[in-house]
Amino acid sequence: MTTLEIAARVDAKGLACPMPIVKTAQAMKGLASGQLLELLATDPGSTKDLEAWSKSTGNPLVESSVDGAVFRFVLRKK
Amino acid sequence: MTLTVEPPAEAPAVASQPAEAAAPEERPHDILLIAYSGELEKVWALMVLASSAAAMGATCRVFVTFWALQAFVKDERRITGKNWMQKLLALMQRPGLSHRKLSKMNFLGMGPWMIDSLRRQNHVASPKELLEVAQAMGVEFIPCQMTMDMYGLTRDDLIDGMAEPVGAASVIALMQQGSAPLFI
Repeated sequence: MTTLEIAARVDAKGLACPMPIVKTAQAMKGLASGQLLELLATDPGSTKDLEAWSKSTGNPLVESSVDGAVFRFVLRKK
Repeated sequence: MTLTVEPPAEAPAVASQPAEAAAPEERPHDILLIAYSGELEKVWALMVLASSAAAMGATCRVFVTFWALQAFVKDERRITGKNWMQKLLALMQRPGLSHRKLSKMNFLGMGPWMIDSLRRQNHVASPKELLEVAQAMGVEFIPCQMTMDMYGLTRDDLIDGMAEPVGAASVIALMQQGSAPLFI
């Protein structure tokens, strides 16, 4: 099994709407096409928001999981 | 004139394959927020939407008019205006984003203080933080010239980074060109 190489990590744990997507968008700017970004969040709304963000911006959501109260998302820069 | 609007959406310049060409990718609407109210709760909602729109990759403009413009005066300005009536108005309702009141249950500042302490407990970004994020992400805040004249505000009274003041016609033109508008 190959582990995906994460190019940038964003810790948005504890932050409320709209900061998880704001921080994601800001971090994504620094990445090159194809690189991966990992986002950790605890805002329960972030699951839906990240799906919407991914759809609107065209950056695919590669992985979405939850561990206890922490949501983890991996996004690929388009 | 800073209000440049890109031409209407066109099909992307990809070689078209007549038979099974995918539908041309639709260009998302620009977002136009019309900030009219100056109360804390309305200005806050405005900042959430503006920063979110920018994060979603949308071109977002905010036309700042009437009472909302008071929230875009620099916090440290105590008295603004050129004549006594404008100055008295500024004295009665302190301008600046940090001095907003709630429209209901303000209770001499008790309401906003309670809201602010709940905000901190829940790690919600403040209107000011969201404004900074929105500006950094390219949201254009455009002051209304007529409101500036009415209150006797100068561009120096307003926070840094605001666009050239315009009138209502520019806002209507943006709507005609397809910006999705929202009035707050």
